[in-house]
Amino acid sequence: MSLADSLTNPADEPVGVPYSERGPASIETVASFGFWLFLLSDVVMFSALFAAYAVLQDHVAGGPDGLKLFNRGYVLAETMCLLVSSFTCGLMALAIERRATAAFYLWGIVTFVLGAAFIGLEISEFLRMIREGAAPERSAFLSAFFTLVGCHGLHVSLGLAWLATMMAQVGTLGFRPQIVRRLLCFTLFWHALDIVWIGVFTIVYLGARW
Amino acid sequence: MLGKLTWDAIPFNQPIPMAASLMVVVVILAVLGYTFAKGWWPYLWREWITSVDHKRLGIMYAVLALVMLLRGFTDAIMMRSQQAVAAGGHQGYLPPEHYDQIFSAHGTIMIFFVAMPFVIGLMNFVLPLQLGVRDVAFPVLNSISFWLTCSGALLVNMSLMIGSFARTGWLVYPPLSELAFSPDVGVDYYLWSLQISGVGTLMTGINFVTTILKLRAPGMGYMRMPVFCWTALASNLLIVAAFPVLTATLAMLILDRYLGFHFFTNDGGGSAMMFINLIWIWGHPEVYILVLPAFGVYSEVIATFARKPLFGYRSMVAATLGICLLSFMVWLHHFFTMGAGADVNAFFGVMTMVIAVPTGVKVFNWLFTLYGGRVHFASPVLWSLGFICTFVIGGMTGVLLAIPPADFVLHNSLFLVAHFHNVIIGGVLFGAFAGYMYWFPKAFGFQLNERLGKASFWCWLIGFYLAFFPLYALGLMGATRRMQHYDNVQWQPLMLVAMLGALVILTGILLIILQLLVSIRQRAKLVDRTGDPWQGRTLEWSTASPPPAWNFALLPQVQGTDAYWTMKQAGRATARPATPPAYEPLEVPRNTPVGVILAFFSVIAGFALIWHIWWLAIIGLIGLAVTALSHAWSVDREMVIPADEVAAFERARVSGGGS
Repeated sequence: MSLADSLTNPADEPVGVPYSERGPASIETVASFGFWLFLLSDVVMFSALFAAYAVLQDHVAGGPDGLKLFNRGYVLAETMCLLVSSFTCGLMALAIERRATAAFYLWGIVTFVLGAAFIGLEISEFLRMIREGAAPERSAFLSAFFTLVGCHGLHVSLGLAWLATMMAQVGTLGFRPQIVRRLLCFTLFWHALDIVWIGVFTIVYLGARW
Repeated sequence: MLGKLTWDAIPFNQPIPMAASLMVVVVILAVLGYTFAKGWWPYLWREWITSVDHKRLGIMYAVLALVMLLRGFTDAIMMRSQQAVAAGGHQGYLPPEHYDQIFSAHGTIMIFFVAMPFVIGLMNFVLPLQLGVRDVAFPVLNSISFWLTCSGALLVNMSLMIGSFARTGWLVYPPLSELAFSPDVGVDYYLWSLQISGVGTLMTGINFVTTILKLRAPGMGYMRMPVFCWTALASNLLIVAAFPVLTATLAMLILDRYLGFHFFTNDGGGSAMMFINLIWIWGHPEVYILVLPAFGVYSEVIATFARKPLFGYRSMVAATLGICLLSFMVWLHHFFTMGAGADVNAFFGVMTMVIAVPTGVKVFNWLFTLYGGRVHFASPVLWSLGFICTFVIGGMTGVLLAIPPADFVLHNSLFLVAHFHNVIIGGVLFGAFAGYMYWFPKAFGFQLNERLGKASFWCWLIGFYLAFFPLYALGLMGATRRMQHYDNVQWQPLMLVAMLGALVILTGILLIILQLLVSIRQRAKLVDRTGDPWQGRTLEWSTASPPPAWNFALLPQVQGTDAYWTMKQAGRATARPATPPAYEPLEVPRNTPVGVILAFFSVIAGFALIWHIWWLAIIGLIGLAVTALSHAWSVDREMVIPADEVAAFERARVSGGGS
């Protein structure tokens, strides 16, 4: 169902009855609404981690600060991987709508590779910092940094596992409604991680005291 | 191989925990053995443990809450008896390291595994029935939530026998809860059991908000929902918005303890006060998560037994949502003594007092509903009236504590302990019991014994005042909370009165159990075939008691607030259509063991993480992943109930019903 279809009234809906009085919503609406709520709760969890980072940002305990540690060009490359993967995820959603299996796999794999590249870059950045003596045990600032950025990375990794699972599910079960609903939820999840990352990029990397 | 786990973890040399845990093990084995010998296991597995029916899950939540109430109350009576004797030079019978575990476990269990399961159980049972639909939005998720809550409860109780529990109070404030000062597994038991059950609670919140906003009977617009649904909506919105903060905060403490991070440590730039801010950003909404559904219960009970529509429905809804919003703006009143400065303290003090306004609106609405009504004094009404009196007092001592200068004197005193027991027992627990006695006949098809119910109420009410009003006085006299012993013997008489109160409450608990047993024996006499024993106003009373798996053969058509009352007044409820309505085959979700299997692996993983048994933790996590994946490939999740079966059930109900 395209966006335009979902906005128009199904023919059997009584005209003039308020939406709130039309009885139980369809399973598609219920499933995606529930998932939106989950995303909301996830954003709340990130907001707690952002708050902790904001509080502890200057608590470097004599260790290195963000100015010394962050490489903006490197992080920009990381960011581009994730943002482009969101675009290809959108192309994947269009393929799902057309039930175009080959295009779905193509864009699914591209999204996966870009997401994996993001994770690879992030892990190597973490390892470089730890080698330079900027491990999370070094200071409260670094604890908060590794937790916030690492939690986002964990979400992306779980998203990759989910995407791989969904590709296997489409392969075995096909585009049945249950699977299409899950794919829709996955795309929502993937875009939400982008939004969180924009917060990370702005507050953590651009916000470091230069 | 076994991480930190050695034989020393079993308290062989401590008679009290050893005897208690042996008794628990014996009781559990006896129950398991009895049910096995009776051949009930296949039935329990098929009909209850794997059930995804919201009504059965609701009942199981209530059972969990009542069992955990016994555990939490045992802790309470141990504390009261310790403080009754440990005056002057006496040390009482509980050494400090044991006493500290008891007050920590008491708070943790009473909030997370008594109050939460009780209100979630009531919402589970009631919401779909009141909304006039067949189940919650995500029935399988509902089962997973319940079983994860059980995992958390099990882990907390395992600490009794294996290792120890936290000695830090129920909110594990750092730096005391950091590895440097709490090196044993007590805090880890706390952290992992709350993380596991917290996931369950969050999923419940998402599930119920979706249910209320997206699944309502035709015609039930927002302003036609019963007030209980509104309060449940507010409560679950708070769960969705607050529980992730708890998860994040506890995760930070876990990282501190397991990987040497410095969020809340004394060294490395950590900030312990940040924990206290974060935990109360969750913790203050939490008290409204508990009390708002209880407010909903009172609204239903009072309107039903006053035989009047609820006074000020719209103001009740507005007050509920006002409290929902304000509950996020008062967290700092839990630590005025942090020293944030006069302006900050004044802001949070004023915001706290502002909450009294919508709460006051509610109290007046209940009073005006009763005014001019023909009140039938059934046991749910007694709990509601007891609540109004008790809660108003607790609310006023809360406003007193909201004044920062007064709080500097009363902070961490027994006055505070008296205040929050005043609102939690008088507000949440009375509401849970009112709901239990109100909806019991709907759940089981027979009523509870009223005499015993009323006797239990009076014991709870009198016991509450005896147990907690002395604590107000003791707090003003300077007694602090969490004392294993005290020097001032002048406090002892009041401590003895409080002990007496605890014993009266114990009688109340025993009477509740007795009421249940007696009512089951007298069920033939107490049977209710009408499905509407109280002359109810809302849709749950329009279906059979107990309701069938599908709740409603045909979805009710709602034409106003108090939907069922309106139907009865218009004669629609009893009207016999000339031709029997055309029932359609109904799809209901199949039962699934996925919830209990996930919970099993969560306990394995949680236990292994607590004791640093890494290989076992990996097995637990793999088990979780495999279970989730195999569930993801299950496609045959619904079963169809044929129209004939629905029709036969409805025919039998109409002919046997007599209404």
